[in-house]
Amino acid sequence: MLPKKLGVLCLQGSFAEHLQCCVDLGLETVEVRDIESLQSVSHLIIPGGESTTMLKLLKAYGMWEVLEGRMKEARDLKIFGTCAGAILCSYLGLDVEVNRNGFGAQQASMIVALESEKFKNLQGTFIRAPRFTNCGKNVETLATLNGEAVLIEQDNFLAASFHPELLDETRVHAYFFNQS
Amino acid sequence: MTEQNSFRLKAGLAQMLKGGVIMDVMNVEQAKIAEAAGAVAVMALERIPSRIRAEGGVARMSDPDMIQEIKKAVSIPVMAKARIGHFVEAQIIEACDIDYIDESEVLTPADDEAHIDKHPFSLPFVCGCRNLGEALRRINEGAAMIRTKGEAGTGNIVEAVRHWSHLQRDIESLTASNLDEKAEEYRVPVELVKEVFEAGRLQVVNFAAGGIATPADAALMMQLGVDGVFVGSGIFDSENPQLMAEAVVKATMNYDKPEVLREVSRGLGEAMKGQEIESLEVKYADRESGA
Repeated sequence: MLPKKLGVLCLQGSFAEHLQCCVDLGLETVEVRDIESLQSVSHLIIPGGESTTMLKLLKAYGMWEVLEGRMKEARDLKIFGTCAGAILCSYLGLDVEVNRNGFGAQQASMIVALESEKFKNLQGTFIRAPRFTNCGKNVETLATLNGEAVLIEQDNFLAASFHPELLDETRVHAYFFNQS
Repeated sequence: MTEQNSFRLKAGLAQMLKGGVIMDVMNVEQAKIAEAAGAVAVMALERIPSRIRAEGGVARMSDPDMIQEIKKAVSIPVMAKARIGHFVEAQIIEACDIDYIDESEVLTPADDEAHIDKHPFSLPFVCGCRNLGEALRRINEGAAMIRTKGEAGTGNIVEAVRHWSHLQRDIESLTASNLDEKAEEYRVPVELVKEVFEAGRLQVVNFAAGGIATPADAALMMQLGVDGVFVGSGIFDSENPQLMAEAVVKATMNYDKPEVLREVSRGLGEAMKGQEIESLEVKYADRESGA
């Protein structure tokens, strides 16, 4: 096992906001921008942004192959994905169907209270957010919006369709890094 | 309970675009090329700035059909341009249910005294600036994202650099004791100036635009400190748009790695031809209404 080490994928999107959440929690964090830094971490946050852009860049620089190997074969990496990051989780083995922009275009974007046992008074910022549909049977739901799963967990995956990083909400980050 | 169309949601979408390239596209085919190349958003417009320059005439909002066809064709955010002060064009764009409005000096201004009051709109706006005063006036009017103007359609980076440098000098010249004076000079509430002073940067996402024609241009602006880049004519006026689009995206990500920049700059064919700023009949960047 690798020593516990947290990284944020810093190719595109809201990575600075995620890094700030990690600083607020007092966690030492690696900026993951290449294969070497990707291989050095045990926990990886994939930020919000544009999933097509991130996927394109990950593939162009051989990082996607490393991610697939570590998630599907070695199983030695844990990922927390928000919004676009959650979409990438679904490509890496998280057992959920994702409807991209399922919550609608920008005018449907919202900040709203969520239902959650684990995180009291959790709020979610949804920006052109994806919808989780057909969660697999091993997927656990940690928060819902009107009964619909918006924060889910399965094996080495934690995925949110919203952006905790935009509201300085650090409890989900702390849960991700500390639970295991 | 549900918060919608608030400033932080408008600014939040721009936060998701950081580190990315927004490309001007004139049809569905180009929009798909841009998306496949890794653009974080596309700007739908009928004529890219270099053509507006060449053809002249009044440049207006694009046909809603064209905007909505592009919206249907891609999954990334879609932006469209309204003329400065033309709030009805902005209303029409908003009714197209796309993602962002650019109140743009590249189009012919509709009001030479005032920009659009952007607060009542549910869609976020991006606006251009040449300096801190202009940026803060736009933010005060409701802009949720700023781009330095540069000089669109020229393929000449010099104005983009000039405007970014000017903005940085203005920010550096703020001190705890001159905020009121600066607020008066810029004609904005002092709170806005104070936010910039405390953060050492604009309070919203700040891209560069106007004249970026090569991967090296994009990386130059990124090294100078912008959050991302708009590439207008630089992609679809080049010899091989697909190659150029991919190269600019890679250069924007790897802006501080010269070896990667060398690789992505190879064999791209001709970049857009470009123009000297002195030879221009119209400088779009000078268009600020009410200034």
